[in-house]
Amino acid sequence: MKEIRAIIRNERLDAVKDALEKVDCKGITVVDVKGRGEQLGIEENYRGSSYRIDLLSKVKISTVVPDESVEKVVQAISEAAQTGNVGDGKIFITNVEEVIRIRTGERGNDAI
Amino acid sequence: MVAESLLNTGDTAWILMSTALVMLMTLPGLALFYGGMSKKKNVLNTIFLSLSGFAIACIIWIAYGYQFTFGTSIAGLIGIPTNFFLSGIGLDMIHPDTTIPELLYVVFQATFAAITVALISGAIVGRMKAKAWLVFVAVWVTLVYIPIAHWVWGGGWLFELGALDFAGGAVVHLNSGIAALALILVLGKRKDTRLLPHHLGYSVIGAALLWFGWFGFNAGSALGANGLAANALITTNTAAAAAMIGWILIDIWKTGKPTVLGAITGAVAGLVAITPATGFVDVPASIIIGFSTVFVSYFAISYLKPKLGYDDALDAFGVHGLSGTWGAILTGIFACPAINEAAGLLYGNPNQLVIQLISIVAVAAYSFILTYVIAKVLDKVMGIRVDDRTEIEGLDAKEHEELGYRI
Repeated sequence: MKEIRAIIRNERLDAVKDALEKVDCKGITVVDVKGRGEQLGIEENYRGSSYRIDLLSKVKISTVVPDESVEKVVQAISEAAQTGNVGDGKIFITNVEEVIRIRTGERGNDAI
Repeated sequence: MVAESLLNTGDTAWILMSTALVMLMTLPGLALFYGGMSKKKNVLNTIFLSLSGFAIACIIWIAYGYQFTFGTSIAGLIGIPTNFFLSGIGLDMIHPDTTIPELLYVVFQATFAAITVALISGAIVGRMKAKAWLVFVAVWVTLVYIPIAHWVWGGGWLFELGALDFAGGAVVHLNSGIAALALILVLGKRKDTRLLPHHLGYSVIGAALLWFGWFGFNAGSALGANGLAANALITTNTAAAAAMIGWILIDIWKTGKPTVLGAITGAVAGLVAITPATGFVDVPASIIIGFSTVFVSYFAISYLKPKLGYDDALDAFGVHGLSGTWGAILTGIFACPAINEAAGLLYGNPNQLVIQLISIVAVAAYSFILTYVIAKVLDKVMGIRVDDRTEIEGLDAKEHEELGYRI
């Protein structure tokens, strides 16, 4: 099992949710986050003074999927979140040791 | 007392309306204009400064402010109070040389005192104790606003000298801007002095309400529904429009892009600058006054402030102090005898410019020194600055135990 975490643009969240549903990935956790990438944020200009805003608002989606589903889920997120511009985000994949469904006590892939 | 038959219902209706318009400038106009520019953690505190300033100034005005300001002058310095809490001012009394009730003039002027002190709050957001502000407002209106209003409008020495200030360039804007500067010099800088508005939409609504209310502020100062009021209204609107365009052009020139905060800042600077001149100049002059003043305020905000290092948080000094000064100077240049029987430099009366400069220096010096002393004394007595933790975590939570936003 793998955990797939994707940091994406706020405005692409709905598209990514739809795309994940289509590849049968239903269970997701979403949090609002702030961060920055290689560009170190953006410039804002108020009353003649420029300020660098180095933490931008993003959305982080997290989901755990069976090993065989990883590629299609990554594919779905990539396509739905992509605008082609700087700041589209990143996807991280990590190993998951165990998953337990609290209601039934099921473990492993059955609990995802 | 003048007979009731001299009351004019049209004039009275217009000043009733103007009073309501000026009230709207402070609440919600100024409160939203400043509130939107402040940081999210200080939005309620910023709005509170305008709210509380308005309420305290209005009560002081009724209690004794009006009497000291407009009572018979003692050596041109302060009025003689005769009837505290407006005792003796009846419904049938007419304000001298007008056709409106005395009581209406009292409340119209109350809204001027109220917005003046509220304007100061733009400089001090994010670091002044709420309780200290309440005391400051009461003391400042009493010791600074009332004498200056008497000098210029209440028959005091600047009035006798012939200083022109139609609706408050010196009394309201220069006065509040300079007081703001004095107060922040005592308060000191915030840890984070960046201007990062948390909700510019609020500021746009606030600025629009200020512009709207300014019609009552300036055209109401004609004290009648007449041609002079119409001139004041058209010069007010024209100057604001010219100033907004001016700031937009400077923004494009300096950074390549117009900004929304720049556009509304320009409009407010134009409104400030035209205020002393609005009943004395013609429409072409109002374009020059509005357009030129944004260069003064822009220079102060984007060059002078960072260079000198004072922390004028929302630019009360930069916009009101300096555009108020600029407007008072240009009044002495562009005052047109065809509008209101006062001639400026352009119409062959260089003396008017000298009088304007005297009034600017006198008002600025008095306002700065008194405000500085008041702030120093209050700091000794009760402390005027919040502690570091309050500043970092936000004044909404720490000073008021409330939050502007739950989500």
